[in-house]
Amino acid sequence: MTRSDLQAIWLTARLAGAVTLILLLVGTPIAWWLARARSWWKGPLGAVVALPLVLPPSVLGFYLLLAMGPGGPVGRLTQALGLGLLPFTFGGLVVASVLYSLPFMVQPLQTSFEAIGDRPLEVAATLRASPLDAFFTVAVPLALPGFLTASLLTFAHTVGEFGVVLMIGGNLPGVTRVASVQIYDHVEALEFAQAHRLAAAMLAFSFVALLALYAWRPGARKAP
Amino acid sequence: MAGIEARFLLHRERFTLDVDLHLPARGVTAVFGDSGSGKSTLLRCIAGLERAPQGRLGVNGEVWQDGARWVPTHRRPLGYVFQEASLFPHLSVLGNLRYGARRGPGVAPARLDQAIELLGIGHLLDRRVDGLSGGERQRVAVARALGVEPRLLLMDEPLASLDLKRKQEILPYLDRLHDDLEIPVLYVSHSPDEVARLADHLVVLEDGRVRASGPLAESLVRLDLPVRLGEDVGAVLDGTVAVIDEAWHLARVDFPGGGLWTPDRGLAIGRRVRVRVMARDVSVSRVRPGQTSIQNVLRGRVDAIADDQHPGLELMRVQIGDSMLVARLTRRAAAALEVVPGQPVWVQVKSVALVE
Repeated sequence: MTRSDLQAIWLTARLAGAVTLILLLVGTPIAWWLARARSWWKGPLGAVVALPLVLPPSVLGFYLLLAMGPGGPVGRLTQALGLGLLPFTFGGLVVASVLYSLPFMVQPLQTSFEAIGDRPLEVAATLRASPLDAFFTVAVPLALPGFLTASLLTFAHTVGEFGVVLMIGGNLPGVTRVASVQIYDHVEALEFAQAHRLAAAMLAFSFVALLALYAWRPGARKAP
Repeated sequence: MAGIEARFLLHRERFTLDVDLHLPARGVTAVFGDSGSGKSTLLRCIAGLERAPQGRLGVNGEVWQDGARWVPTHRRPLGYVFQEASLFPHLSVLGNLRYGARRGPGVAPARLDQAIELLGIGHLLDRRVDGLSGGERQRVAVARALGVEPRLLLMDEPLASLDLKRKQEILPYLDRLHDDLEIPVLYVSHSPDEVARLADHLVVLEDGRVRASGPLAESLVRLDLPVRLGEDVGAVLDGTVAVIDEAWHLARVDFPGGGLWTPDRGLAIGRRVRVRVMARDVSVSRVRPGQTSIQNVLRGRVDAIADDQHPGLELMRVQIGDSMLVARLTRRAAAALEVVPGQPVWVQVKSVALVE
């Protein structure tokens, strides 16, 4: 593998790691609310969260580009805060990937929060635990398999991004050129041998990630 | 104000809970009724797990709910035992017990040790909860609820999900609770045997309304509103084992007003027991019965007579000392007997069930 290949892999790992961490913080409260609320807003919010599952990445990328560009609301905000513009930066890529991978974090978490049911939280309340206390000491431990599934899926899905990256990040070495874009470049340049090495590595990674998920899932079922 | 005052009005789709109760500050109050009568809902309202918009709840002088005030469940000093033990699967037995004990403000560590001892679960502390039997789980759940040093213990059919053998295993521990606890206990059940055995006070719910509420022994011998625990009317008497007749394997249980012989079950003299005498097992005579197979013949005074459900039957309440028994007679037998309230009679008790 060339230096630029390794650089692309490292960048991909950093991106996927950052997105997973941010989504753990952002996605957990959303999933909790979707699992527990009885509000009318549950339907619309659930649909919005699921949108990236069905939208072409180019559509999401296009709107994000507009929003984060110099004339868009996000762009104006970031400029006013002295952050400059997000498109074609690593930060922009993180923001776009967070949105793009949102359902992969929220949906498994929501499912495992729902599976816990009301009872353990009621028990916790009768044992003097405040709702926040009960969340961290009962809901999170019981949903641990869900957290692992969601994190793994989010990480792997972010590694597999292509369309959104091209729209928002472009193709800047060391900044936004992730592994999937690097493969595209190799193919464009007819460097098939190099494309193979990287593509095979991606294939192996994805398989191992999913194997971990499915091989370990029966255990996860039993736990709660 | 000592005791529990609970007033709730809660509309649900298919049922309305409408109760106004005043319950004693000590002892076990059984909340008895068919499934769907609102027993569990009442308990959940008291715990704050369910919020009746129009409600008032005071427990030993503390207001937990009224018009403006609402104390959330985790700030109410109560213990709650659910029908299924609902132990936390991610914690060990000790972890479960400590979960509440650690959070209760100012709970003495000795309290948890007492609860562990009372429920006999000392040998289980290091175990995982999924390795416990149903009876063991429920005992841990009761100890966990006691470990928070509650000032009110709520139990929602704690034995309903257990088979007969497990029930027998856990009932002695509930007897100990009954004898040792200083706090009021609300015990929801649809099992006549559990109620007869454990309760001091009885609340009968029917379709979300209170049909009867009063001391157990009194409630069971009310003729205007015969409270049936299960199929039949019957009295419950608290007594002590007074005499053991080893030759004939019998034990005499003395209660205020008399004594009843029952097969000896190996109970020690002086032991407090509770016996249940069903109306169908009591007969009445104006003269002292002579040669009869029935060993338990008591002298009493007719207190009241009322119709039974069947037009051919009557219920007669007989006072024996300070206690009451109920007899079921056919209307024809009662007419032939020609007794009126106040008249002295002899009662024969064919069988006595030891419930504790």
